[in-house]
Formats: sequence, C-alpha cells, structure tokens
Amino acid sequence: MELSRLSLAHAADLLRKRSLSSVELTRFFLTRIEQKNPELNAYITVDEEGALAAAQAADARLARGDGTPLTGLPLAVKDLFCTHGLRTTCASKMLHTFCPPYESTVTRRLKEAGAVLLGKTNMDEFAMGSSNETSFFGPARNPWNPARTPGGSSGGSAVAVAAGLCLAAIGTDTGGSIRQPAAMTGITGLKPTYGRISRFGMIAFASSLDQAGPMTRSVADAALLLQSMAGHDPLDSTSIDAVVPSYAEALTAHVQGLRIGIPAEYFAEGLTDAVRDAVERAITTFRALGAQCIPLSLPSTPYAIPTYYVIAPAEASSNLARYDGVRFGYRCENPKDLQDMYARSRAEGFGAEVKRRIMLGTYVLSSGYYDAYYRKAQKVRRLIADDFQTALAQVDLLLTPTTPETAFLIGEKNNDPVRMYLSDIFTINVNLAGLPAISLPCGFDANSLPIGLQLIGRPLQESTLLTAGQAFQQATDWHLRSPV
Amino acid sequence: MSIDTRTVQNVARLARLQLSPEELDPCAEQLSRILTLMETLNGLPTEGVEPMSHAVDIRLPEREDQVCNGDQREALLACAPDTEQYHFRVPKIIE
Amino acid sequence: MKHPPPSRYESVIGLEVHAQMRTRSKIFCGCPNQFGAVANSQICPVCAAFPGVLPVLNREAVNMAIKTGLAIHGQLRLFSEFSRKNYFYPDLPAGYQISQYELPIVEQGHLMIDSPTDKTSKRIGITRIHMEVDAGKSLHEGILGASWVDLNRTGTPLMEIVSEPDLRSSAEAGEYLKKLRAIVRYLEVCDGNMEEGSFRCDANVSVRLRGTTTLGTRCELKNLNSIRNVMRAIDYEVERQIELVEHGEQVVQESRLWNADLNSSRSMRGKEDAHDYRYFPEPDLPPLRITPERIEAVAQTMPELPEAKSVRFQTQYQLSAYDAGVLTSSRELADYFEAVAQHTADLGHPNPKAAANWVTVELCGRLNRDNREIQHTPIPAHRLGQLLAMIQRGTLSGKMAKEIFEILFTDGGDPEQIVRQQGLQQVTDQDAIVQVIEQVLDAHPEDVGLYLAGKTKVFGFLVGQIMKASQGKANPALVNQLLQSQLLKRG
Ligand SMILES: [Mg+2]
Ligand SMILES: [Zn+2]
Repeated sequence: MELSRLSLAHAADLLRKRSLSSVELTRFFLTRIEQKNPELNAYITVDEEGALAAAQAADARLARGDGTPLTGLPLAVKDLFCTHGLRTTCASKMLHTFCPPYESTVTRRLKEAGAVLLGKTNMDEFAMGSSNETSFFGPARNPWNPARTPGGSSGGSAVAVAAGLCLAAIGTDTGGSIRQPAAMTGITGLKPTYGRISRFGMIAFASSLDQAGPMTRSVADAALLLQSMAGHDPLDSTSIDAVVPSYAEALTAHVQGLRIGIPAEYFAEGLTDAVRDAVERAITTFRALGAQCIPLSLPSTPYAIPTYYVIAPAEASSNLARYDGVRFGYRCENPKDLQDMYARSRAEGFGAEVKRRIMLGTYVLSSGYYDAYYRKAQKVRRLIADDFQTALAQVDLLLTPTTPETAFLIGEKNNDPVRMYLSDIFTINVNLAGLPAISLPCGFDANSLPIGLQLIGRPLQESTLLTAGQAFQQATDWHLRSPV
Repeated sequence: MSIDTRTVQNVARLARLQLSPEELDPCAEQLSRILTLMETLNGLPTEGVEPMSHAVDIRLPEREDQVCNGDQREALLACAPDTEQYHFRVPKIIE
Repeated sequence: MKHPPPSRYESVIGLEVHAQMRTRSKIFCGCPNQFGAVANSQICPVCAAFPGVLPVLNREAVNMAIKTGLAIHGQLRLFSEFSRKNYFYPDLPAGYQISQYELPIVEQGHLMIDSPTDKTSKRIGITRIHMEVDAGKSLHEGILGASWVDLNRTGTPLMEIVSEPDLRSSAEAGEYLKKLRAIVRYLEVCDGNMEEGSFRCDANVSVRLRGTTTLGTRCELKNLNSIRNVMRAIDYEVERQIELVEHGEQVVQESRLWNADLNSSRSMRGKEDAHDYRYFPEPDLPPLRITPERIEAVAQTMPELPEAKSVRFQTQYQLSAYDAGVLTSSRELADYFEAVAQHTADLGHPNPKAAANWVTVELCGRLNRDNREIQHTPIPAHRLGQLLAMIQRGTLSGKMAKEIFEILFTDGGDPEQIVRQQGLQQVTDQDAIVQVIEQVLDAHPEDVGLYLAGKTKVFGFLVGQIMKASQGKANPALVNQLLQSQLLKRG
C-alpha cells in the first residue's frame, strides 16, 4: 500500500478500521516532507508538533468511534489562511514572522472536521503570480520536472498534493490560482462559486475574486473537502447563505444527456497543440459517456485579462494598505520619520510583483483615471458575466483547457509580466463571473508534463462539476499518474 | 498609454512605496506595457452597462448590535513591531 | 469679531457634522462602542484591520441612520453602498475608511431653523447623511520622539451629516447645530457631546459680494469642539477672507485648524493626498438594500421630535412659542416640564404656564449656575410639582417658595415637610394676623395718626412692618385687607 497516494476516503477507512493510526500516517508525511521538501519547496512552515498533537487527539477520537469525516487525515493549507498561533506569511517578507492570534474559518472548519494540519504551503507572494516564483521563500518546484514551475499562486499546495507530501491541500483562486497549478502538476483543483466558502481569515488579494478550494488527487477527494468547508459564515458578508448539498451524492458519474458547451474562443491562438489534442480527446471521452458537446461562443473572452488586471490590482492596492509597519508585520530599520517608515517598510517588505500590482491598482483608481480604467473594467466584467450566463442557460457546463500550455521553466517569464499574465487567460474569466470551475488532469505532453481541462458550472452548481469530473476520472486514469 | 516617471513617482507616493531613482524608468516602462494591454478594453462599447462590483448578487447581512469581542489587547499588541505603554508606537506624527 | 463685516459681503457656510452613533457595539465588529476605556482594550483583529479579517455591518447603526434621515425629512435610498476611502494614517488601521460615497443612505433632507440674523424661519438643506467608520486616536503630547496610537475608537459608527451651503452667518450655523444636536439627542442616536468629540463639526466657509450667486473659494475649518468655537471660527474666517478679497488677494482652498486659545486659525500643512482618496465600492460588503417596511417599522420607534413637541406644547399648555421652544430644546427638559405640569394638575392645581416659568427660569437658571444639565437636576419633577401646587393653594408665597426651592436644590427633601419643619407655613389665620397688626399699630401711633389724616402713603410702611413682625409668614393679601379695617377702627 502506497501511503503517499492514498485517497481521503481510503485513508479515512483505514483509520476507522484502526489498521493505520493517524499518528503513523502523520509521521509518514512528516518524514516524506523532510526528505522531499528541500528540493520541491512545497512547504513554508511544517508544524510537526501541532500535527502530531492533532493526530494523537484524532486517534483518541477514532478509538472512541466518534470520528468525523476528516478525522486524522493529514492535510496542508496555503500559507495565507490565518492559523491561530502558527506563522502565516503569505510568502512575504512583510509577514515572515506574523503569528495570527485568530483562526480562518476554512482552517477552523477543517480542524473541527478532524483534519491534521501538516503545515503551510508555499505560494506566490500575497497570491500574486502564476508560477510561485514571487515567493519570499523561493519558488516551489514541479515534481514532474523540478526545473519547471508548478504554476501559481497555490503552487506549494499543488506540489504537496502531486508529490504525496500530504493527502490533500487547500488553495485559493483569484484568477486561476487553484486550477492553473492543478493543471500543471496533474492534480484536481476546484474553485467553488464565489461566496461558497468563507473568506474570513484568508489573507485578501482581491476581495471580489478570491475563493478557497480543494486541491486533491481525485474528484471524490475534492467533494469531501468541499463538504467540510462550504457554507455560510456570519463573519463574511459575501458568503452565500444557501443550503450545502451532499457532494458525495453528486459523485454518480452520470453524464448521460449532460449538455457541455465548448466555447470557440478557448481553442484559438496561443493554445499549444499538445493541450488542444488532450482536451479534444477529453471531449471525445465525454461524448462517449453520453454527454452532448455543443460548440458555442463567449465573445467577451479576450477582454478578461485586461479587465482582471484592472480590478484585481485595484482591490489589492487597497487591501495591502494595512501593511504599514504599525500593528503587525515588517517595519524598516530606523525610520527617520513617519512617511519614511511607510515608504521603506512597504518597499522593503513587499516583493517586485506585489509592488507592481499595488502601483497599477493605485494608478487605475487615482483621480482622473478611475472612469477610464476601473469603471470601464467593471462594466466589461458585467459583459463577461452576462456572456457566461447566456451560455450556461443553454448548457449545463462549459469545457475548456485550463491553461494554454504546460508547465514552463522557472525564470522563463520572469521579466515579462504581460506574458506571465497571459498564462491565466482561460481561468480568469471564471473569477470575474464568480462561477465554480474544476481542473482535471487529461493527458501529458511530449515532455511528460501534465495537461488540465477545465469544467465551468452555473453558480452554486459545484455538484454538476463533481458529477462530470467523477465520470471523467472513472473513464480515464490521468489523475492516477504519479511523478514519483 | 505611456506613463512618465513623474506619474510613477506620484503613484508611488500615494501608495507609500519608496522607489529608488534606478527603479523609476523600468517601472514606468512596465506599467506602460500593462496599461497598453488594458486599453484593448476601449474596443468594447459599454454604454449603459451597469458596473459590476461583486461577483454574486447577495443581500448585505446585518449583525445584531451585541458586544461579543473581549479584550484582545495583549494578543494584538504582541504582533506589533513597536509598542509602548499599551499603545502602538510610531515615528512622531507631524500635523 | 472686532467689527462687523462690510455689508457688501455675504458669507456662505456649509457644515459637515460627524455624529458618533450610540450603538452598543462597533459598526463592523463586536467590540464595545464605549468612550474612555484603557488604551487598546477594546480592539479585535477586525477593527484593528489585521490580515484576512472582514467587516460585518451592525443592524442598529443602519436603523439609527434611517431614524436620523426620517427626522430631517430626507430621502432614504433603498439601495445604498459602502465604499473605501483610501489614505494612510497611523490611526486608520486598514489604510482605508469604509464610508458611503456615490450612494449614501440618506439624501435631500432639510432642517428648519429660526434665523437669528433674518428673524425668520429658514430652511437649511441637508445634502446627505452617510454611514462610515471612525478612526482611532493618535497621541503626541509628552511623548518623546514618537506618537502613540490607541485604536479603541476605531470602528465606532459615524453618521456624516452634510448641509447645503445655505447658512449665511455664524449665528445661523449655531442655530443649525443646536437643532441638529437636539434631534440626534431626541432620537438617542448620538449623545451630541462636542467636547468629547462624539458630535464633531467641520465648517466650509466662503464669502462673496452680496447679490452675486457664484460661490467663492472655500476653506474648511477643523477642530471646532463647541458650538461657540464653531461660531467664533466662522466669524474669524469670514473676516480673514473679506480682508484678503478687499486687498485684492486670493483665498486659497485649504483646511484650517482652529485654535480656541489663540482665537485664530492656521493652515494645515498640505494634506497631500486629500484630493485623491481613490474611492471604490467596498468589495467586502454587498450593497445595502432596505425595504419600505423596514423604514416604516423604524419610524414607529421614533419619539416625538422637537418641532412637533413645540407645536403641541403651544396648543396643549397654551405656552408661548418662545417657552415651548426653550422647553423642547432637549428631550429631557421637555419630559421634565411635562412631569411637573402633570403632577401639579394631579394635585388639583393645574398651571402649566407657572410650571413652564419655574422650569425655564428658576430651575434652568439654577442649573446653569452649577453648570449642570437637566438630566442631573437634584429636584425630582414631582417635588417641583408639589411646590407649585402649594403656591397655587396659597400655602406659600412666591418668596417663600423660592426659599424652599433653594433648600430642595441643595439638600433635597419633601417641600411639605420642609415647610412644616421650618415653620414657614404662610399664616392665614385671621385672628393671628389681627394680633400682629394690633401690636404694630400700637408701636407706631404717629403713623396711624398720619394715615388717618389722609397721608395714605404710610400704609405700605405699615404692611412692611407687619410682614417683618410675622417673619414673612403672613399672607400679604390678608394683611392688606385686615390692616385697612384695623386702621379704620382707630379712626
Ligand atoms: Mg467623513
Ligand atoms: Zn473590534
């Protein structure tokens, strides 16, 4: 039995039967992290002590027979979920010693469901990036080829899952930060509907786009984690107060008659042949399973990137104003006055990409430019959302590639922000519209790098994505391939 | 759209980010390139379109007016770079 | 003011009032909304803007804004939104203030004031009321080489009430503020305390030639912590601007800090970012939707407001507009007056006019001397009512009543009992009075002679002597009547 590839359900079963203890499983992952993390750099902080204590408590519960769905299962979370008493850095020098005296709703719910938190995973600084290269702690490396990026910003979580350094992980997705690294590391990544999972205690990048979600080795695992995290939170005014269905019941794999839209704009220029071929094979698979695949158009697609790169930096510039060296985080040495303290603490505490986006966001909101950039982008955002609404009135979900290409080399796009931004071209639209979407492994390119396909659903219809995803994973074995 | 270094300086001041003189030009150049990308938006007519500020249309929840937080002074002050007599300490503010 | 402004100029004044709402908890978190606690003892990750936290709106703050909006006859927006106002300051923890910008909850209200300048009733427009969050406090004085930040106040719910530039004198501004303060106090949405900063006012002042309609360049006056200071600062500013204009100089648009001790203002060194707040809709808070039903329900909880109460006092108690105005200037004073009037009536001697006089003249005068508010009166309304009934009954003369009043004010107690203990009861026993009269007449035979000879002027002197002999206790009306008959008997 390969512990590093266990599914959540299987692991839970072993724990329940007492043929494996949570402490054993936790120790196994801690050891594996010790061996592999120096190369892969998936974790920023490993909480050995906390994890073992939680595992012991979990074993005690399991012995009493009152385990909850995640009891004793070792997981990892992106290092932007505030964990009470455990360092939370957002991969930034700004917060490299920050220890929150409060807990995010996501991690609280996971802990309440019995999960064991192994540690905090690497990411792009403040979730700004598509390659994990903007991390203050250095890039995470793709286990399929360590010279390549795992994607970002939830790169560390993707690596931890793909390389078997945890059973599953949690990421966040503002413009594709769960789905793009999931695609590039050959795992399953689900971004739920905006508002499905509470953002409380999740360090904000762009408030109207950020959403947490599971990063797993299967759709079934994603369903289980989503179940534990989803639901209304009175601490988040944007969290949706709607009944959370049973996601396990959605795993029927029944796609007979399902209407899947194939938007032409996602198969245009920029898409590599390998990705196109893999996604087209996936379409064939869905057809074979009884789904109807219908070509359609999302005409505002080309405007998503510029829209996103107005709105996200604008919100970020404001969200990151609180890092001022007064109450927490980094403060420069010997400030000569207040303004010097602000300007230097922020200049020294933030990395280049974060500063670039703060500058950009400040600019588009500043007087004289607001209407031309920010309000214009908000209007285009509406058009993009309307496009999806129209399309999803005709079909149950949309199928697209997750990324135009497979994992690129570390350093390859470093000096070209625009090129880097374009790597999120297929995922960003979904955030602007607030829709749920999932990335599933659907093949490999000639370099043996994984390829992902994306399914996009109607608001709050994560179940439809899980049903279709489950059908695909029952019919294929891409998600079972392992880099190690 | 190209941004000059003066604009960059002004934005940096608004954002409270110190930029060294060597950083100004590259920053202006990069911002200009990104803004050029953004200008493709002008190709899309948006007259009469309602700006969209929120991803989902939900009703603003309101909480009951109840005191529910205890004193968290020690825990919060412990995070601060500099404190004095239970205050956050900053360089002298000159009005 | 050293001299009145030349009449060819007119001043144009608009006021921005920040009123702290009296909710139990802060506007976006559950920390207590209280004044005067130990530094940073009322903060949490939310109001201190720690990473990852989110705001949740206090329902009561919205209700208070609705009440105030209704009270100033404003239009309530069923759809309003919160925005972020971005600027850096150490006591603004998030680096932005959550406020309302494009779509405030209340628009287009007004307030009627009695203009002291025009001697007419005047309508002052209120542009908007919006909700926003208060900042913390920075401390500078006595701290070596640093400033301190106390975030207890951060997150206190504020209403910003912005008037139209409809005010034409400092006196009108003072009237407007008094009216507005009375309203928020009646509604119990704000304690109206300017000294403690829970009711703060900035004044926008410009001048122009009388008869012109374009607005001159305005200056914003800050740090006005009493109505008196608001008025003084406006007068100073109007004079300053007129002098500039008279000398052909330009008024520079700026914020000016009032110094009450120096009785002057100075320019606040460039608030550099003041004109680039980069407002945008607050992504953490969906738009606020309120229903007509909710507004109606809130309206049901509103008390009678000063204007309506004043009209009722004039008809129900036959009070003058002036008295009614004074008595309704605060809810506590009006309630007190009504309790006194009611109690006097319950004792069978209704006289609201007398009650109004005693409350406005005697009681308020006495309270003023001690610098006390009606809430802290040492005389409960029913005791004053009792005292008034005793005057009505004739048990007490006005003079004696004032003595009792003073005792009630300083020592408290029951007026009936005090009268009995001190033997202050007015003497109405005819025989007893006649006895005193006889004594006095016996002692002053020459005066009796003069009176009988037609020199009636001495009558007053004799009354005085009798009152003195009775230690002021004799009923003066009876003394007059009986002295007459006793003198005639000696004729
Ligand atoms: Mg304000
Ligand atoms: Zn608080």
